[in-house]
Amino acid sequence: MSLIHEIDYGTPVSKSEKLVSVVIDGMTIKVPEGTSIMRAAMEAGNQIPKLCATDMLEAFGSCRLCLVEIEGRAGTPASCTTPVMDGMVVKTQTERLKQIRKGVMELYISDHPLDCLTCSANGDCELQDMAGVVGLREVRYGYEGENHIKMGKDESNPYFTYEKSKCIVCNRCVRACEEVQGTFALTISGRGFGSRVSPGMDESFLSSECVSCGACVQACPTATLNEKAMFDIGTPEHSLVTTCAYCGVGCTFKAEMRGDELVRMVPYKDGKANRGHSCVKGRFAYGYATHKDRILKPMIRASIHEPWKEVSYEEAITYAASEFKRIQATYGRRSVGGITSSRCTNEETYLVQKLIRGAFGNNNVDTCARVCHSPTGYGLSQTYGTSAGTQDFDSVEDSDVILVIGANPTDGHPVFGSRMKKRLREGAKLIVVDPRKIDLVRTPHVAADYHLPLRPGTNVAIVTALAHVIVTEGLVNEQFVRERCDWAEFQDWAAFVSDARHSPEAVQKYTGVDPALVRGAARLYATGGNGAIYYGLGVTEHSQGSTTVMAIANLAMATGNVGRRGVGVNPLRGQNNVQGSCDMGSFPHELPGYRHISDAATRASFEALWGVTLDDEPGLRIPNMFDAAVDGTFKGMYVQGEDILQSDPDTKHVSAGLGALECLVVQDLFLNETANYAHVFLPGCSFLEKDGTFTNAERRIQRVRKVMAPKNGYADWEVTMMLAEALGYKMDYAHPSEIMDEIARLTPTFTGVSYTKLDEMGSVQWPCNEKAPEGTPIMHIGGFVRGKGKFILTEYVPTDERTGPRFPLLLTTGRILSQYNVGAQTRRTANVAWHAEDVLEIHPHDAENRGIRDGDFVRLESRAGSTSLRAVISERVSPGVVYTTFHHPVTQANVVTTEFSDWATNCPEYKVTAVQVAPSNGPSAWQEEYEKLSRESRRIAEAAE
Amino acid sequence: MSHSTTDRLVYMANQIATFFASQPHAAAIAGTREHIEKFWDPRMRTKIAEHIAAGGEGLSPIAREALEGLAPVKAA
Repeated sequence: MSLIHEIDYGTPVSKSEKLVSVVIDGMTIKVPEGTSIMRAAMEAGNQIPKLCATDMLEAFGSCRLCLVEIEGRAGTPASCTTPVMDGMVVKTQTERLKQIRKGVMELYISDHPLDCLTCSANGDCELQDMAGVVGLREVRYGYEGENHIKMGKDESNPYFTYEKSKCIVCNRCVRACEEVQGTFALTISGRGFGSRVSPGMDESFLSSECVSCGACVQACPTATLNEKAMFDIGTPEHSLVTTCAYCGVGCTFKAEMRGDELVRMVPYKDGKANRGHSCVKGRFAYGYATHKDRILKPMIRASIHEPWKEVSYEEAITYAASEFKRIQATYGRRSVGGITSSRCTNEETYLVQKLIRGAFGNNNVDTCARVCHSPTGYGLSQTYGTSAGTQDFDSVEDSDVILVIGANPTDGHPVFGSRMKKRLREGAKLIVVDPRKIDLVRTPHVAADYHLPLRPGTNVAIVTALAHVIVTEGLVNEQFVRERCDWAEFQDWAAFVSDARHSPEAVQKYTGVDPALVRGAARLYATGGNGAIYYGLGVTEHSQGSTTVMAIANLAMATGNVGRRGVGVNPLRGQNNVQGSCDMGSFPHELPGYRHISDAATRASFEALWGVTLDDEPGLRIPNMFDAAVDGTFKGMYVQGEDILQSDPDTKHVSAGLGALECLVVQDLFLNETANYAHVFLPGCSFLEKDGTFTNAERRIQRVRKVMAPKNGYADWEVTMMLAEALGYKMDYAHPSEIMDEIARLTPTFTGVSYTKLDEMGSVQWPCNEKAPEGTPIMHIGGFVRGKGKFILTEYVPTDERTGPRFPLLLTTGRILSQYNVGAQTRRTANVAWHAEDVLEIHPHDAENRGIRDGDFVRLESRAGSTSLRAVISERVSPGVVYTTFHHPVTQANVVTTEFSDWATNCPEYKVTAVQVAPSNGPSAWQEEYEKLSRESRRIAEAAE
Repeated sequence: MSHSTTDRLVYMANQIATFFASQPHAAAIAGTREHIEKFWDPRMRTKIAEHIAAGGEGLSPIAREALEGLAPVKAA
């Protein structure tokens, strides 16, 4: 293995289809019109010296190192800013050019510390490289003149340093922050000799608006901005391409290693989801994998009141299997079940559901998609025929109008958020439907054309009102609907939405949104060109989550915004492998590939390969499991890689359910909150320690590659195999590729997928089969998967979760950029520098009415429970609405959320809880009790000598 | 809503029926019934069938009619 060096072409690729011919140093090259001379030369293998150019950024032309001579033209133009022209003859290496370059480098080096041997970028420095390239042998000016060499270092960012003395003012970091990330946190302060990179108004990096995405560090050609790991460890010596284990964007990284130590994660330019970009989590927050809290040995205990006892894998697995067998013998075959993980690989998820169906002999399998995007699966399968989004991420580059509803991409899906902002800066229009003023509503060089600040819980009313305007104002794309959709169903739907009760004016009493804004937004979406809808958990986590998904699907069909680039319906998936875990048959009613368990032919194909008879009845969904546990009919559970106690709603009910189990097996990196109720703990391994695949929000299947040995001894799929075997059901795989081969044999949308293909193509989007051997970037081209698109009536039904005198505010929950889900990973990294605790956002009016000051400790109470946390007074929330995150178990925000859920899928209604907020002196009774339980439950007995 | 499983099932059945209520009556009944048959575990269907047999208190008319025609749950 060696270090993967990606070619830097110096300037971005031209999208022109017209080719022009250019002669560079005597070699004739054909390139797309608009290609820079620098890029054309590099494509022919001729690297023109450069410092301010890199192909992630537009050409800048400041370093004066890439000069060339062009036949028939005077002077020495910069090759990065000069496009090739047909017939152009270029020379990149002449005596004149050599002298100029050497002179330029002399000037750079005369004001640069000559500490190369002890520099963190030694061997990884473009300035050092260029000095060699131009043959610099002396600096005639000496080093005694005025210089920046004694300037200090900014070490405020936990992950990288800013060493001002090494800055060559090439602007790459500033441009990366603007062009790639879109935050505009950096600038060049001062003029002339005094110029230096400055975060914000000469602030430190940590206190500035910098979001620590790492784009500047990646762009820096010197050690000016450099990972602290490079100081601590040194330069890497080999690397492997793998996939991030955080959000559903699925960024591709090079894991750069020294031995088995991870030095850094560098975004991979060929990654088709991230196109070389990253966020603070994927780029830097991997330290949890080696955190001291990791549990590396299996443990068991007879009761949750006892301390844990470390045992061998054999003993733990044997104990777990014997308990599951005992429970099934006592309470029946359907008394046990399990939960697959959206953080684990497709192969691992597939094996857990196979274990439950094959070894347990029932369908009591579910996944955390139950509590996030299960309404997406249901809603899109009903309307379009496929439980997945319609586009690839590249599609946004062709969108003219972007409608974001119930999603906060710059926090939840930051790399895609940056790509979206780039398109918006290019001129695409933006509609935001969200109770909060999310960053996209107004952020540097981006402003929403419409922000519809609806009351939580009124999505169906607002989307149906948008449809009302489109139909009643004659904005339907009738040709599309007639050709692609069921015309009779459309007519029923059109008559339904045309009813005056669905008008923006009529629904204002529910939504609180100015009807003029709704009408304007509807007209823009219907007539503004390619209209793309992006949505998130603000759509799905409601009692009408599935209905909203269908309403969104209706809207896209009515306007003809399905089946080509730039349009579509795009669920932004929460966790890295939510799409994959759903694809792999993690739902209790479906086998892999979304085929209902009652279908005899489908069952037969699995039974033939698996050698078992499958139960033909749907199993329990997660909330139903808790109900059945409390009822005493569900007694055993295998949970891989999920923390249901912290992530699921109505914590008291969840804890009652978990507490009623006779055998709870938790497989995880850490003793998470769910493990407080567990009897068997099986150590999990991180994404760095195993092979497999993740499937991101655009249905893209990507390789996860093992870069170090599992610290706990086994990959998660191996532990599942051991448990299955102990249960009497042998699984025999030598490598996850064999599991994928089995998935491909059994799943029509995966028949063309193999590790060989993934290695060849980098990634592939399902369906990938004989009809689409290279995958399907965009769905429903020419026709819907289900045949005719189905319009479905979407009556608004107000949630039963209502405000009143006792609970007058509405709580809505979400996540922030630096933390991820229950925080098990990110809380164990330096990301806590940005978010050390969950806080409650409250509007100034609501705070003033309650005597609450910014930073005060407050009690947040609903009919389900109460917790205490600090208040942040903010106008991001409307009056009457409060907001918090659920990243910290100390807060346990889900103590407050309720049992209400989506009508179709039981996806919890996290986004609407009636609450009261009052000043508080300290933790709630629940927090105190839970803290005690948690402390006791995490005791590990001393090993016997 | 109480945490009694039967109360929750009644609530869920009514939610499903409310969604299908905007469709013609026969379709609403069939849609509600099919949804419950496709997504509810046998013990949930058994429990709601017992509730129907005991009078079906709290069920909306569509939910009740749909559940009255629910296919019997097979023995495990």
